[in-house]
Amino acid sequence: MNKLKRQLLAGPYLVWIIGFIILPLLMILYYAFFDENGSFTLEYLSHIASPINVHAMVLSLELGVAATVICLLLAYPLAMILNNLKIKNQSLIVFIFMLPMWMNFLLRILAWKLLLNKNGVLNTVLMSIGLEPVMILNTPAAVVFGMVYEYLPFMILPIYNSMARIKKDYIEAAHDLGANEITIFFKIIIPLTLSGIISGVVMVFVPALTSFAVSELLGGGKVLLIGNVIEESFMQGMQWNAGSSLSLVLMIFVMVSMTIMNIFDKDGEGTAVW
Amino acid sequence: MVKKTLSNVYMTLIFLFLYLPILVLIILSFNDSKTRVEWGGFTLKWYIECFQSETIMTAFATTLQITVISAVVSTIIGTLAAIGISAMKAKSRAFYLGSTNIPLLNADIVTGISMMLLFVKFVDLGFVTVLVAHITFSIPYVILNVLPKLKQANRSTYEAALDLGASPLYAFYKVTWPEIRSGVFSGFLMAVTMSLDDFSITYFTKGAGVNTLSTMLYTELRKGIKPELYALSTILFFTVLLLLLLVNYLPNRKKSTTVERV
Amino acid sequence: MKKALINFVDISKSYGKQLVLDEFNLYVRENEFVTLLGPSGCGKTTTLRLLGGFETPDKGQIFFDSQDITYLPANERKLNTVFQKYSLFPHMTIAENIAFGLKISKKPQAYINDKIKYALKLVNLDGYENREIDSLSGGQQQRIAIARAIVNEPKVLLLDEPLGALDLKMRQSMQYELIRLKEELGITFVYVTHDQEEALTMSDTIVVMNQGYIQQIGTPEMIYNEPENAFVADFIGESNIIDATFIEDEVVEILGVKMPCVDKGFGKNTPVDVVIRPEDVELVDPSEGYLEGDVTSLIFKGVHYELDVMANGYEWLVHTTKLVPVGSHVGIKVTPFNIQIMNKPASSDEEAVEIDE
Repeated sequence: MNKLKRQLLAGPYLVWIIGFIILPLLMILYYAFFDENGSFTLEYLSHIASPINVHAMVLSLELGVAATVICLLLAYPLAMILNNLKIKNQSLIVFIFMLPMWMNFLLRILAWKLLLNKNGVLNTVLMSIGLEPVMILNTPAAVVFGMVYEYLPFMILPIYNSMARIKKDYIEAAHDLGANEITIFFKIIIPLTLSGIISGVVMVFVPALTSFAVSELLGGGKVLLIGNVIEESFMQGMQWNAGSSLSLVLMIFVMVSMTIMNIFDKDGEGTAVW
Repeated sequence: MVKKTLSNVYMTLIFLFLYLPILVLIILSFNDSKTRVEWGGFTLKWYIECFQSETIMTAFATTLQITVISAVVSTIIGTLAAIGISAMKAKSRAFYLGSTNIPLLNADIVTGISMMLLFVKFVDLGFVTVLVAHITFSIPYVILNVLPKLKQANRSTYEAALDLGASPLYAFYKVTWPEIRSGVFSGFLMAVTMSLDDFSITYFTKGAGVNTLSTMLYTELRKGIKPELYALSTILFFTVLLLLLLVNYLPNRKKSTTVERV
Repeated sequence: MKKALINFVDISKSYGKQLVLDEFNLYVRENEFVTLLGPSGCGKTTTLRLLGGFETPDKGQIFFDSQDITYLPANERKLNTVFQKYSLFPHMTIAENIAFGLKISKKPQAYINDKIKYALKLVNLDGYENREIDSLSGGQQQRIAIARAIVNEPKVLLLDEPLGALDLKMRQSMQYELIRLKEELGITFVYVTHDQEEALTMSDTIVVMNQGYIQQIGTPEMIYNEPENAFVADFIGESNIIDATFIEDEVVEILGVKMPCVDKGFGKNTPVDVVIRPEDVELVDPSEGYLEGDVTSLIFKGVHYELDVMANGYEWLVHTTKLVPVGSHVGIKVTPFNIQIMNKPASSDEEAVEIDE
């Protein structure tokens, strides 16, 4: 097979890209900018500025950032510990962190709901050792907790991968040139894992920003995120145009994240994927 | 020493955090009690009832069909695409990789809605639309698992095979395939995982009649969950664990036996 | 004689069950270019890593400037290393790489800038400050690595096979560059290599090592001309190593023929090894030689011909500039001065080995 013939093998995928990736996105644009009669309008876009939407967007951003930062703070030390274990079989690590995903995530979130319940396991334990029970359920904190739980593996794996790639020579060279552990951490390890950090941040921030199931389950309907607003406008209100214009806003957020990631990901093909 | 202990404690806490809910679900699946929180003795009745519930069994069957078909189809399309992409020049390569990143990085809710908006124009939402959606978001995982393997694969060995008179197909099967096989396989596994775990995209593309386990759960959760579902998910979890362990250890065994024979 | 700057005292080190260094003793003088030479696994890199502070010995002490540095961490030692595989930081420019050590020691920016300029000039890469690491060739990267080390003005520069990854041409020009640097900077070099040519070209002193033991310490001339055992003779260049008997002072019997030599003091009728370098074997008329033999193979090597001559049951390796066709009957003669007598190996590490190089 010469090169040209080999390229043709991507043909079916090209059809798929156009039909099921690009065309659907154009549909969102269409619904966001055209009304039922097919005439152009900016009306739906202006709905974005309504108090409910703005509140939902700000809350989504806040919770998304909080979840991302917590994930990063939890994942980075863990990645370092895992890396120090010097496990030869790196796929084992991937395996361990992917395994929970084989249990349906709604059920896992439900399990947390049972654990965090007013009379749940956590509070039973807390009260038995004489501490105040925590009423975290149905608060934004519970939603952040759920997001951290659900997306933590997406932060751990890219950071671990980029850390495993750092050659021992760099560390030794820095040591040799007089750097102590702290300097090595800030000047060598963090910069060299930056692409992993960025991938992790994007892979946690985007789904956290746009989730609606977690907030529905752990927020008890009291925490309204942009995802919930969109879901309602499609599944309950039949306000497809308004929903589409909000989706467009989400897409822009995502595109910005993608661009940032591309700038930092010099290898081009993504530490994004495990 | 202190550092080591701290590391181990930290690692254990994170693992506990990730696995605690699973443990809870497994325990609850054996719990003979109406209220979920209290332990009412060991029972297998939820396992029996779960197989007798028509809702659960239908959703389970749908989930299996969609997962298997979408994983197989996306593995085929994705592997072919990866081979094609690896032969491309930088520009078309960038287009393909960029497009591949869209479903990967785009918000699930946006992907789901965008496809729903397209599908309702032409067909009724149902099994097929869910299937197409699952194939769409699975292909990128396959491509990104196969592409690095193709990059590592020694191009000259394929050309050497041709030089020695092999047909392109034979050369691919004998030379290229063994080198990318593991990538194709992990891509397939990833596709299965993503399909099984997906909720958002299925939710928007499924229409009224069809339910996968995820979407059924979402509806049920609002009503109050049935313990049968714990039983089912426990069974699923251990089946998958067993399969994955088999997959991980079988190839090694094969290798060692061939070595012995040599 | 200058004073000893570095002193290894009774150093032992093992990895798991493998003993890498056994009761190792060595001192290095100020301004000396010392090369640790040996096959892989001989302990030379471990010696260097102990000195650099990347390993600690199981037993023994290391002194630097008469101060015990055995357990001093790498970042507090006044020596710098040039690593085998460059190890330049990929996320920094060349200037940032060179400035790394200086910034840690909190030098003023103006001083740092001057140093970068000076160091780049020294390694013949002026103007490369803002280049990316990826854009450099292997040889250039290695020169930057040297620049990065020397700006810190270390008393000792450690080099771990720094030229190993370069091609032959580049290696040779870098050898001259290193000699020049050593002379300009006047600092001590401890150099690790398995390449005997490199060692012979650059060193003031060569330490030949095998299996964790020092085999011989000496100037390149001494090591080459008077190897102390079969291992050294075999590792440094090609040689004929022949079983022989030391009859009495200045007489040795090689392959049944008594020959005059210059060595004394090996006793009487003692079994010994003799080393005769291929270029020291003279081919003469059969009637004039100590032994007679036949040429069995002939290869043109550019500067000389390489011949195998079968004589008295031993296949002699001979380098000569004269063309002697295969099948010629020749005489073999060796000047007494060129016969090097060695004691028989006392342990396995002193034996001649096959080296794939």
